[in-house]
Amino acid sequence: MRTICFYFQVHQPVRLKPYRFFDIGEDHQYWDDFSNRSIMRKVAQKCYLPMNALLLELIKKYNGAFKVSFSISGTFLEQMEAYAPDVLESFQKLVATGHVELLNETYAHSLAALKSKEEFHKLVKKHQAKIKELFNGYTPKVFRNTELIYSDQIGAMVAELGYEGILTEGAKHILGWKSPNYVYCNSIEPKLKVLLKNFRLSDDIAFRFGNRTWEDYPLTTDKFVKWINTIPEEEEVINLFMDYETFGEHQWAETGIFEFMKHLPEAVFNYSNYSFSTPSEVIAEIPPIGKIHVPIPISWADEERDLTAWLGNDLQDEAFDRLYELEKLVNTIDDEEIQRDWNFLQTSDHFYYMCTKFFSDGDIHAYFSPYDSPYDAFINYMNVLSDFMIRIKEKASLQEASK
Amino acid sequence: MFGWEFPPHISGGLGTACYGLVKGLAHHKQDIIFVVPKLWGDEEPLADFVNASDVTIDYRERRFKKFWKNLTYLEVSSFLVPYLGPEQFKKYTDASMHDRTDIAESIFSNKFEFSGKYGKDLMMEVSRYALVAAQIAKDKEFDIIHAHDWLSFPAGIAAKEISGKPLIAHVHATEFDRSGETVNQVVYDIERAGMHAADHVLAVSQLTKNIIVKKYGVPASKVTVVHNAVLDASIIKSNYEKKVPEKIVTFLGRITFQKGPEYFVEAAKKVIERDPNVRFVMAGNGDLLNRMIDRVAELRMGTKFHFTGFLKGDDVDHMYAISDVYVMPSVSEPFGISPLEAVRHNTPVIISKQSGVAEVLNNAIKVDFWDIDSMADAIFGLLHYDGISRMFKELGTKELKKLKWEHVAAKLVKVYQNTLSQKP
Repeated sequence: MRTICFYFQVHQPVRLKPYRFFDIGEDHQYWDDFSNRSIMRKVAQKCYLPMNALLLELIKKYNGAFKVSFSISGTFLEQMEAYAPDVLESFQKLVATGHVELLNETYAHSLAALKSKEEFHKLVKKHQAKIKELFNGYTPKVFRNTELIYSDQIGAMVAELGYEGILTEGAKHILGWKSPNYVYCNSIEPKLKVLLKNFRLSDDIAFRFGNRTWEDYPLTTDKFVKWINTIPEEEEVINLFMDYETFGEHQWAETGIFEFMKHLPEAVFNYSNYSFSTPSEVIAEIPPIGKIHVPIPISWADEERDLTAWLGNDLQDEAFDRLYELEKLVNTIDDEEIQRDWNFLQTSDHFYYMCTKFFSDGDIHAYFSPYDSPYDAFINYMNVLSDFMIRIKEKASLQEASK
Repeated sequence: MFGWEFPPHISGGLGTACYGLVKGLAHHKQDIIFVVPKLWGDEEPLADFVNASDVTIDYRERRFKKFWKNLTYLEVSSFLVPYLGPEQFKKYTDASMHDRTDIAESIFSNKFEFSGKYGKDLMMEVSRYALVAAQIAKDKEFDIIHAHDWLSFPAGIAAKEISGKPLIAHVHATEFDRSGETVNQVVYDIERAGMHAADHVLAVSQLTKNIIVKKYGVPASKVTVVHNAVLDASIIKSNYEKKVPEKIVTFLGRITFQKGPEYFVEAAKKVIERDPNVRFVMAGNGDLLNRMIDRVAELRMGTKFHFTGFLKGDDVDHMYAISDVYVMPSVSEPFGISPLEAVRHNTPVIISKQSGVAEVLNNAIKVDFWDIDSMADAIFGLLHYDGISRMFKELGTKELKKLKWEHVAAKLVKVYQNTLSQKP
């Protein structure tokens, strides 16, 4: 069996509004409802609605032989309910076909896996419950951590929660001579299967598709099928993992990305012996070839495929440590708004905006950031965090007093 | 008097000081011709204002040619902006490009349109300003010439040469204050030439006088200290209320080398270690801002140390109003008016010994800018020992009332009289 496994990440952070020092202690509304709403609406029109319609059409056309999987973050699900019920409905329709798999992740698209097992479990459970609620009792079996961050330890933690498999990056520095086109298993808990992203073919679509200076431009379905046919016969699975916003947002409709996807299944069925599968089908049908050792966390970001997009500089480490210092106290507080803000503050994007790696990947970072500089991002986040700290301390002492 | 700016169109303390001086001199019935590169028309009519942009220069005047020759070299010699960092530099140059318009020339005469700012054509403006000054000196009647800071020193020198009247060079800041030891040679040369050509030199503080004597080789007997004063010593009552329970310690100013922001950050760390119930605020903008943010993150005090960016209007008053301690750790500050503003808001202040204001403000704690332990001690003390801050509040405001421009002007009139009597 040879198969292609598509997974699309669907995520939008809940962005902070410009929050000034003078607001600390007074203004407890941190979120930029206006820009969150307008970004959701803009991307819905450019990407989510047209792409969902296309996928539904393809699944019907091939009677389920074409299939995909999604991981939809909790912050996205919540904003979709509020600002884009039409998008929610189109996702529900896709899932209802039975040929779309949903993956589990942390509700807040957080980096909790790196800091706190308890918080990580909590956020996974919360995401699970939300999926169940919105998708007719659906229960995901495969996990994907924020930004495909993975290590042996994180894998073991996920296995403990009963998942069959996890997705991560086929990072060169952990694979060495090995190929990402096999199923691997976790080195601590071998029952957890690990699917690795084929980053060359994935990035051909996600990053290079519309790049006119790329030597392989334009990428056609014929060319793509030719490439996958050159992969040795014994390599069984090609994992194409990418942001869902690739379609229509990162690669505009004018690049022909929708046309490419529309004709890809046809080309694959006619000119290759590949099928399409979802992650849990891959895991069920393809036996693992061996353990994969990942002692130090990897991710799918930037050239380095490590954590430096979110953590490592002083700004990021300070913000991250100050945030998770609050975990214990927050857990004692029974207050819906506090819990919501605590979740949203954990979203990895806030730390991504503070990244100072200007020279290699600064362009991509700047593209995604609502701030002029990482310094502005830090100041704004810390102002908000300072107010949040005041609030939880007040609540905690009130609760204490009422006991 | 030759100045460079006058309220309300000012970008720094120079304009404010000129305004105070002119007001004080008017009180002592002195008639003043005040020349600025550009008049906007909404200046308070305290003097006979001359707009340098309106002055027609007669090229047939032989003596002007000499200046012209000496001055043209300045125009090409450098790009510089004396009081501003690189960011503001760009803003100002963009603005001044739009502000400049060429004015019709005839064969024998010419007018220059000045932007009166600190832009890219600054050196050209400084030198042409001198040429205009020569023309004014030829046309107007006056007894003594008073030039403010290096921008108008060439003008003062030119006016002196044409008229033969004595020149007073007033130093509000030196190149050493602005740039530390990496001085701009062209600016230094102009400053030095101005001080040496002058019959008498005025310094805004003893600190500045020492620099003038030591670094510019001017004999101490030729330099008189005239401190700045405040226009309004009344206490500012604010209804603005603090929203956080912690006490607030504030730095407010340009975040540049001269202002010593890094010492404030280091002192903050020491205070927070002893007392976590304090918030520090650094208000302002400048070329060291990002470095300060990095350092605060590195010291792991991001939730206790806040940055506001550049503040203007009411926000400045609000900031003073909610501050429990105001710190000015300047590395080199010829005078420094902002601690006096803090006193007006009843906020106790800590100032560096390397600031001129330390010579007139007794009810303040004074520390060496580099002594972060003393600075931390002082902050801690003012936050915790009410007695001392209460005393500062009371006495500081009394002290402020004594800092009047009339007194400064009286001293100035004496300097004028002495200078005129020395003149053969």
